[in-house]
Amino acid sequence: MENIRADKKINIKGLVCPYTFVKSKLAIEEMEVGEVLEILLDYPEASRSIPKSMEEHGHTVLKVEKINDKDWIILIRKEHD
Amino acid sequence: MEFTDEQIHRYSRHIILPEVGGKGQKKILQAKVLIVGAGGLGCPVGYYLAAAGVGTLGIVDSDTIELSNLQRQIAHNTERLGMPKADSAKMTFEALNPDVTVIPIKERLTKDNILDIINDYDIVVDGSDNFPTRYLVNDACVLSGKPLVSGAILRFEGQVTTIIPKQGHCYRCLFEEPPPPGLVPSCQEAGVMGALPGVIGALQAMEVLKLILDRGEPLKNSLLIYNALNTSFRKVKVPRRLDCPVCGENPTITELQDYEAEYCQIRF
Ligand SMILES: [Zn+2]
Repeated sequence: MENIRADKKINIKGLVCPYTFVKSKLAIEEMEVGEVLEILLDYPEASRSIPKSMEEHGHTVLKVEKINDKDWIILIRKEHD
Repeated sequence: MEFTDEQIHRYSRHIILPEVGGKGQKKILQAKVLIVGAGGLGCPVGYYLAAAGVGTLGIVDSDTIELSNLQRQIAHNTERLGMPKADSAKMTFEALNPDVTVIPIKERLTKDNILDIINDYDIVVDGSDNFPTRYLVNDACVLSGKPLVSGAILRFEGQVTTIIPKQGHCYRCLFEEPPPPGLVPSCQEAGVMGALPGVIGALQAMEVLKLILDRGEPLKNSLLIYNALNTSFRKVKVPRRLDCPVCGENPTITELQDYEAEYCQIRF
């Protein structure tokens, strides 16, 4: 699972739910199937809710990682349009 | 088009839905819907479509606001008595959502103007209160192939149906001709409970949004009947009739006609 290359990166630090997911969803809609989205965020609840919502939408969560005191990185692979 | 930050916030509850998303919301913003009547039904239909971000709303109504309207026509208010309903609706809906352009059309629909008017829109909503308009709108939509979401209310009962010309039924498949004026309830009988058009109008608005998004099953080939006293919904199958005078295989109605019978002189 190491060294997955992201096709697109977004920084949503400072955003709270539901806008964390709204921004992530808008980003993934613009991508091609199979591409990977990297999301950088600092809202703790979103580190759980975004992976859950993305899975409910049928996408694959490749990684959820806390990278420092405040921030997480989430990798999502788009599975369908 | 790209969303502004304000739009992302305004429509976030839509964008989150798998059936809508950013793409669906853009379809809503680009849609053009004509609402016939700014009365009991037209008010909630317009309210919800404006809130949803339907980019262009045409509103046809030639009446002015009267006090007896305000028990159910929620886009208007006491300060606006005497104002044209179409102008009042524009003020209310554009104040709710600046993404929406409301085009007030202060005319009565006739066989001579209706085709030109509906030509500019993707979907038509009928919230009219009389049979001549109801049949005229049905025939015009069938002849021009426009989807029509039709609603009707009386006392404690309401109906909704969605007409996709040639794919499903039309109003004349259901009731071939308008009822003779004597059979229509007189004005004293024609009471309506104020929240009823809210229920039916919201159902119509939902049908319109589904058509814009191309999601779910429209009320095609069926009529939904709501009884407020029993709190019951009944869905009745209404097949398209191949011998329908307007949408059938050999239509006898090939151009529009006006029904001149005025069913009720007193306006509520
Ligand atoms: Zn028909």
